[in-house]
Amino acid sequence: MTPYQLWTSYYTIIRKDVVRMVRIWPQTFLPSIVTSTLYFLIFGAFLGSRIGEVHGVPYVMFVVPGLVMLAVVTNAYMNTAFVMFQSKFFARNIDEVLVSPTPPWVLVAGFVSGGVLRGVVIGCLVLAVSLFFTHLSIHSLFVIFLFLVLTSLVFSLAGLVNGVFAKSIDGINIVPTFVLQPLVYLGGVFYSTQALPGFWGTVTKFDPIFYLINGFRYGFLGTADVPLYVSTGLLVAFSAAFLLAAWYLIRTGLGLRQ
Amino acid sequence: MELALDIKDLKKTYASGTPALKGVTLSIPQGDFFALLGPNGAGKTTLISIVTGLADKSSGSVRVFGVDMEKEPQKARLHVGVVPQNFNFNIFEKVIDIVVNQAGYYGIPRSVALPRAKKLLTDLGLGEKLNVTARELSGGMQRRLMIARGLIHEPKLLILDEPTAGVDVELRRSMWAYLEKLTKSGVTILLTTHYLEEAEQLAKRVAIITKGEIIVNGTMEEVLAMHDDSAPKDKYRAGKLEEVFLKLVEGDAPTL
Repeated sequence: MTPYQLWTSYYTIIRKDVVRMVRIWPQTFLPSIVTSTLYFLIFGAFLGSRIGEVHGVPYVMFVVPGLVMLAVVTNAYMNTAFVMFQSKFFARNIDEVLVSPTPPWVLVAGFVSGGVLRGVVIGCLVLAVSLFFTHLSIHSLFVIFLFLVLTSLVFSLAGLVNGVFAKSIDGINIVPTFVLQPLVYLGGVFYSTQALPGFWGTVTKFDPIFYLINGFRYGFLGTADVPLYVSTGLLVAFSAAFLLAAWYLIRTGLGLRQ
Repeated sequence: MELALDIKDLKKTYASGTPALKGVTLSIPQGDFFALLGPNGAGKTTLISIVTGLADKSSGSVRVFGVDMEKEPQKARLHVGVVPQNFNFNIFEKVIDIVVNQAGYYGIPRSVALPRAKKLLTDLGLGEKLNVTARELSGGMQRRLMIARGLIHEPKLLILDEPTAGVDVELRRSMWAYLEKLTKSGVTILLTTHYLEEAEQLAKRVAIITKGEIIVNGTMEEVLAMHDDSAPKDKYRAGKLEEVFLKLVEGDAPTL
């Protein structure tokens, strides 16, 4: 295929996903807005005033980056995991791409771009909602955008791997419910890990999501529990690892071809 | 004459250990209308899945218009259009989108694909249904949608796996006419069907596969010549090809 044909194929995969996301917006965009509004109400308006300041900023402003990341992580992950699973299991319309000359890397790029797009859009929407509850100080727009995109990328890729492997709908739901959400909550969404006692502080450092929340938070507050280069390096490493896994799975057809 | 499809000693054993193809060798000349017949579970769909890239072979070779499917799968797939046995599109998508998106996967831009899709769908009697979702179509319409999708990139080889299953007689005949028009325009067709009168009407050449092996391969005239006119008639009325088929696969087909 020529570069233009490859681009056309890539664009087709993304366009199809975007049309789907917009068509079912009450399932794709609305839930994150509703739940983040509730979080901001509870932790901002109700509890925030009693807690006071964390890292020198009002509590509601402190939790904004973590809540944005919570929405980004789950949406980017679920988008690719669900689209891949639905395509291979229910409609079996993944065959439409598999019989075509679209190379595996374009298929991976297309599916993952859809997930990244959803993650970034959701992140921006939740940020917009947060403006109703607090003002946002921005330390580095570049860091904010970098972490928004990198986080969406890592979890889109992870979702794609899950979608290829999953043999039932439970296989899609287990990871977000029992792995991602606990990791996000324990990664310092609602608290600074500096406040944790020794053992739990050490445990948190094994939670990869702790690093991305910290990096993202740095973009707003200019302060974080770990250096920025550690968070960035970890996200890049995870992206590379999941990209390799996703490309290998699609190229060999494991879980997709007979 | 160039071969549209050249399969040599193709073998497929599933992970469970079940052998599906036991060394199939098959050649289809360009422009041919070829029928691949066999009872359920004979290996027809497995063979088609390998040719279209939906299943991996265990050994052997598949060449499409001289292009090796293993060495240059992307190049080979450009030539192949497929209409599968089971509906495999997203029923919530619009008819026109299903066809235009398929063109996109072949690198055809929307500006080219859109008028081509409209013409194809109109030719197949779906001109009024472009903007309805696929789930609103009847079974026959969904079959025709899959034919339009398989043809959108103008393939030189069209593979039809039971394209008229569940289609009424009148529509089936209009689909025959459409397929005949396609072969006249130079498209090579590989058809699998359980309607043997369909194969008898349309195909120039025919192969019969059973238990993963080709047991007959020749022109329609050659296969029909195997018919024993003096044999006692079955209590059910059948065409000549059907009687030859039943004789050849006797005992191989699953029964109740």
